Amino acid sequence: MSDPALIQPRRTAPRKLGSMLIYHALMLAIAGVFLLPFYWMTISAFKNNAEIFANPVTWFPDPIRWDNITALLTRDDFPYLRQFLNSVFYAGSVALAVCFSCSLAAYSFGCLRWRGRNLVFGLTVCALLLPGIVTFLPVYLGWTKLGLNGTYWPLIAPFFCGDAFFIFMLRQFFLGVPRELMDAARLDGTSEFRIWWQIVLPQVRTALIIVGLFAVVYTWNEFFGPLIYLQDREKFPLSLGLFTFQAARAKEWSTTMMGAFFMAMPMVVLFLLTQRLFRQGLASTGLK
Amino acid sequence: MADAASQIGAASPPRRRRAGRGEARAGMLFALPWMVGLAIFTLIPLVITFYIAQAKFQITGAPKWVGLQNYAAIWADPEVWASARNTLMFATISVPIKLVLALGLALLLNRVTALSGFYRTVFYLPFLMPAVAGSVVFILLLNPGAGPVNIMLQAMGLHPPDWLLDPKAALWTLILLSLWPLGVETLVFLGGLQNIPRDVSEAADLDSPHPWHKLIWITLPLITPMILFNLVIGIIYSFQVFTQALVIGGTTGKPAEATLMYMVVLYRAAFRYFNMGYAAAMATVLFGVVLVLTLLIFRTARSWVYYEGETR
Repeated sequence: MSDPALIQPRRTAPRKLGSMLIYHALMLAIAGVFLLPFYWMTISAFKNNAEIFANPVTWFPDPIRWDNITALLTRDDFPYLRQFLNSVFYAGSVALAVCFSCSLAAYSFGCLRWRGRNLVFGLTVCALLLPGIVTFLPVYLGWTKLGLNGTYWPLIAPFFCGDAFFIFMLRQFFLGVPRELMDAARLDGTSEFRIWWQIVLPQVRTALIIVGLFAVVYTWNEFFGPLIYLQDREKFPLSLGLFTFQAARAKEWSTTMMGAFFMAMPMVVLFLLTQRLFRQGLASTGLK
Repeated sequence: MADAASQIGAASPPRRRRAGRGEARAGMLFALPWMVGLAIFTLIPLVITFYIAQAKFQITGAPKWVGLQNYAAIWADPEVWASARNTLMFATISVPIKLVLALGLALLLNRVTALSGFYRTVFYLPFLMPAVAGSVVFILLLNPGAGPVNIMLQAMGLHPPDWLLDPKAALWTLILLSLWPLGVETLVFLGGLQNIPRDVSEAADLDSPHPWHKLIWITLPLITPMILFNLVIGIIYSFQVFTQALVIGGTTGKPAEATLMYMVVLYRAAFRYFNMGYAAAMATVLFGVVLVLTLLIFRTARSWVYYEGETR
């Protein structure tokens, strides 16, 4: 499959060229459909309402309304910059927490042998498949009782204990660390903590970055938690801010699209810069 | 695989024992924060949810034991039924379509051309689009009167539906929206396709001139583990669909409850009306349904999933 020339030697060159053209035409058409929402979001962000809904469709903003950016950043009812920074803080904290806590647990599950390990890891996998809502309400009641409803505590603190998905993902990488490495260090009398910190962690540095990236993307998009726990507009992350704004001002499309644009862009850029790592991470979660 | 590891651990020579004890202690210690977290944020709340589900509980005041009354109320609630119907339809239509499309895309992507990298990137991008932002963009794209999609379809001489305004079409629009981010599924399938040994693939090409034969008898059986993986994850997630439904339909499932999803009704019960007992009961029902479905899929999986090395 990967090398058509080898498989079908009888095909003549012109036919191959033709099928190649058809293939790329098809793929580019599909790619166009996939990119249309991105493109429409971007050009709408730089149009005014009348231009967005113009018939026939205009495929490029004319003029490019750069002041839509300042309009977005200076609104009283949509503290965009503030919410953007909230999202950065939220995603950054979760990523750091996850990298730390999950590397502890994943090391234990992937590299150390102890009684009960398989039971605890089994429970972890079950927790992974559990619908979140079935544990959400008591946790919500607990946070409310502690008076921390309305803060970022309930959204970030649990990640300092770990997260089933990221532990599962990291464990796949820890399994690949050769056991001889750790055993040699043990014979030298190195403490288990130093083995983890100085020998194993450097081996899985890429994996930690991958997990951090996934945590950032996940948290940047997270909606349900903030919706429940945060009430103050100044504290909203972007996901909740954009939702609230759109629900209240359904007609102000250029501002909404500009908001969506600057919310999506950091993730797109991050992905374009780190594509290989993303794909590696994805491959690790599949089927082991 | 974990079992195999533990067996090796049990059978390791006694010489290792002493080192093993320190290792065991360290193992527990390293896992301790997670075990505490698992207990506090998952296991104990899970039990409490089943307890609250049998109480009348409005956050303020003490919970009052009512037995199975909440479940009876859910059974009699037409909105719960409407949302359950919508969610079931959403899941049963969107998941299979998504898997077929993702598999098709993966088959198309599974060849080396100058643009392969570009295509893969494009198909993965929608997954990175935050659900709120993506939904908002779709509301604009599919605006019935003046959205670009309908303008283009009309220009082609078609009669497009009113998408999100027509109660008959709205759920399908939500399904359409859910198909957009299929990059993850595609890449999982692509990983499977690229793992098919070259000699198997070439032998199949020699055996039959029809590419269809190869697809059905060689390719599909070899990637059944990926189909299972995508199916389970897809089912679990689509039963919990929330963000897109809330952004598009609000808390009432506009239009005419057509986009009202189970999680939205649950959210309303818990955080609008603060009826915790009722919401907890709804959560346990969702839990039960997802659990049964997952077990069913895994049970049948034995007869249709092929694991390499199984028969050797």
